[in-house]
This record gives sequence, structure tokens and C-alpha cells, in this order.
Amino acid sequence: MSSYLDETASQTAGPYVHIGLIPAQAGFDIFQNNFSNQLAGAETKGERIRIEGYVIDGTGAPIRDALLEIWQANAAGRYNHPEDKASPDAPLDPNFRGWGRGGTDFRTALYHFDTIKPGALPMLDGRMQAPHVNFWITARGINIGLQTRMYFADESAANAADPLLRLIEQDSRRQTLIAPREARDGTIVYRFDIRLQGDGETVFLDV
Amino acid sequence: MEKTGQYYQRDRLIHPPAYTPGYKTSVLRSPRLALLSVEQSLSDITGPVFGADEIGLLDNDLLRNYAKTGEPIGERMIVHGRVLDQDARPLAGVLVEFWQANASGKYRHVNDTYKAAIDPNFGGCGRALTDANGFYTFRSIKPGPYPWRNRLNDWRPAHIHFSIFGHGFSQRLITQMYFEGDPLIRHCPMLNGIPDDGARQRLIAPLDLNASIPLDSLAYRFDIVLRGRRGTYFENGQ
Repeated sequence: MSSYLDETASQTAGPYVHIGLIPAQAGFDIFQNNFSNQLAGAETKGERIRIEGYVIDGTGAPIRDALLEIWQANAAGRYNHPEDKASPDAPLDPNFRGWGRGGTDFRTALYHFDTIKPGALPMLDGRMQAPHVNFWITARGINIGLQTRMYFADESAANAADPLLRLIEQDSRRQTLIAPREARDGTIVYRFDIRLQGDGETVFLDV
Repeated sequence: MEKTGQYYQRDRLIHPPAYTPGYKTSVLRSPRLALLSVEQSLSDITGPVFGADEIGLLDNDLLRNYAKTGEPIGERMIVHGRVLDQDARPLAGVLVEFWQANASGKYRHVNDTYKAAIDPNFGGCGRALTDANGFYTFRSIKPGPYPWRNRLNDWRPAHIHFSIFGHGFSQRLITQMYFEGDPLIRHCPMLNGIPDDGARQRLIAPLDLNASIPLDSLAYRFDIVLRGRRGTYFENGQ
């Protein structure tokens, strides 16, 4: 072990994470180019969806100062990254980065992302994974960023075969990663609440 | 040879655990159940790639990126360092973002109620991409300490928040940099939530007099290490 460096230790993002990562929510404008929770542009391929929910503490209360990031494959199941050398039937979409960030709202406590539904993609050993969105959650009081995944309730056959979901022993815990689908005023909305602690605690990952 | 494989298992003993009761807000925001350990896939090995065209010319100059009527008040300083992985390989082209309080310990944030003065010329955030050798640099003023509601008389040591992307989403990290010699460091419940003394010490940036600019700015050095990764020679060469 001695020939390796130790990873730098994590520290909480604190209550003012918005300043650095989404300054508009902190209340000011400074950068020309801002990162946001809008992942899909007009030209992006795929089904438009909204993901929304609360981040909930150990008393059941929603927290209003969380910051979330998502990372996902495109509609064909390919990540916009040079190390995803998928087959020709999973082409890159030049209009989709697959990454976004947003905060829970100071007033409503909801977060949301407007994106497209990702495609399925294989594990490194070839087993297929169900479509999913990778989440990373940080906030005041979170000492090290929490990783989890959101799966889609309308993909029950793929979910039943997903290697990660199958690792979860308790069905009730597996359900914490599966977001129900709802049509609301013409928008497809997946509701994904993240429970940090207590009843229905979300399955978090050590990846 | 460039490594492209899975990332080393994260050594969680060098990180603060989720539950650190000395930092009261962690009590209700810490998962109680074990993390699920899973094989990495492209979901974890890949991550967003950022380009120089997304970063503005003044984004790493906090003396000027929010200057309205003049420069911000405070001690001028340079913060610089390298982003490496656990094999000491430099990570090029990774996004480093940072934010901090002003010289009086006040944040430009709608939720900051501290009575100290806001600085009209200081935004308090910036970002940079690492160069081919993993170096980043930015210029700012030294942040002040400030009180926070934890115990009634808790004060944060001067610090800068860092958010770092590696090449894969599983390298994602947020941390804080502290300043050598700050007497508040030993009282800090956030820093002291890290169980390993070496890991705590590596968050304290030493004064780097050689990198300071004579008659202009002091400098501090803060190197950042992200998770390393296995080579895939045998997997690829089968």
C-alpha cells in the first residue's frame, strides 16, 4: 500500500455549495457559462422526461440545501465519454452530454432535472443493465457525497435482470431505487425521493 | 501506459464517516444502513468531460471576476497545486471549482446571516481546468474565519471549498482546504471528523513562498489526490 498515495479526504459541501456550483441559486450572476439541471436540448434524441423529488432527512423532513448531480447514458445507451466504445448501434448523440446539476429549492424543497430517458447498456462483463441514471448527492451535513441510482418503474423486465438491483436482498430496499412514472400536463415525470436515513432509507452505493 | 480500468476501492477510513456527531447536522443526514458494494461499470468509469471553451478568462481570478468598483478587500493570494491519482499520475483537463467567504468571513449567499460585511467586489467563486501536468491555479483574497451554529461558539477556520471531477464519476470529490498555522483548525468539528491524522494534515495547505509574487501576493499549495485505477492490460490482451 505504501507506494500509493491516499485519496484526498472528503469534507462536507456545506450550506453555501450553491456559490461555487450553481451561483444563481446563491443569488448572484458571475459566470458566462453556467451548468444546470437542463440536460436535453431541442436536438437531443430520446424521450423527454423530468426527474423530480425530495431529499429527506432522518425525521422525514425534506432538506432545502442539497445539491444533486446526475450522469447518464444517452437514449441509445452510450455515455458521452471517450472510454465508452460501444457498438455502432449505440452512437454518440452530439447534443447530449448526459450530466447535470441542480439544487433542492429553498422554498419547495424539490429538485428536478429535465433530460431524456437513457438506454440500457452492458456491464463490463457483458451482462445487461437496466436503464438508469447515476446520482451524486451532497449537502450541509453530508460528509462524503452519496452515490445512488435511479431506475425506471416501466422497465420491470429489465429491472428484474439488472445485476445491481439483484444484489439487493430485500425487495423493499430495491424499491427505493425505482422511480414511478406519471404523465402530468403532457410531461413524463419520474418521482425519485432520496431518503438519507430511517424508514425507507435509499440504497446508497460504494462503487 | 494509460490506465483505463476500474478504480481502486475507495479507502473509507481516510474519509470522515457519514455520522460525526461533533458536526451536528450530520446526525440526521447520515445513512444508517451499509452501502451496497457493486462492480464498476461504464456508469462509474466514465464521467462528464469539460472543455476550455466552457471556462471564462477570468473564472480563476477572484480578484477580478466580480470586481464592480475596484478590487476586493483582503490579503491577495495565489492557490495552486496538482490533481493526481493514487498512482501519482497527473490528471489533465479535469474541472476544479472553488468557493469561499470574503476577507471578513461573509459569503455572497442569500442564506448567510452573519453580521460581517459583504464585499461589493467579491463573488467568492471560480473554476479552472487542470493543464497537461495536472496543475491548476487561481488568484483570490484569503477568506476570513466565521462563526457557525453548531455549538454556540464554534468558528470555522479559514477555508476554501473545492469540487473536483476526475475522469470518471466515481472519482467525484468535494473537500475543503485549510491554511497552515490557523489556530482554529484544531477546534474544527468538520475537519476533526476525519479519523486519520495524515488525511487531516493533507487538507492544510502550506505557505508556498517560492510561488508567491514579490510585492504582490502570497501563495499556498494544495495538491489533490483522486482515486487511482487498475490497468487493463490482461483484460485487453486476452
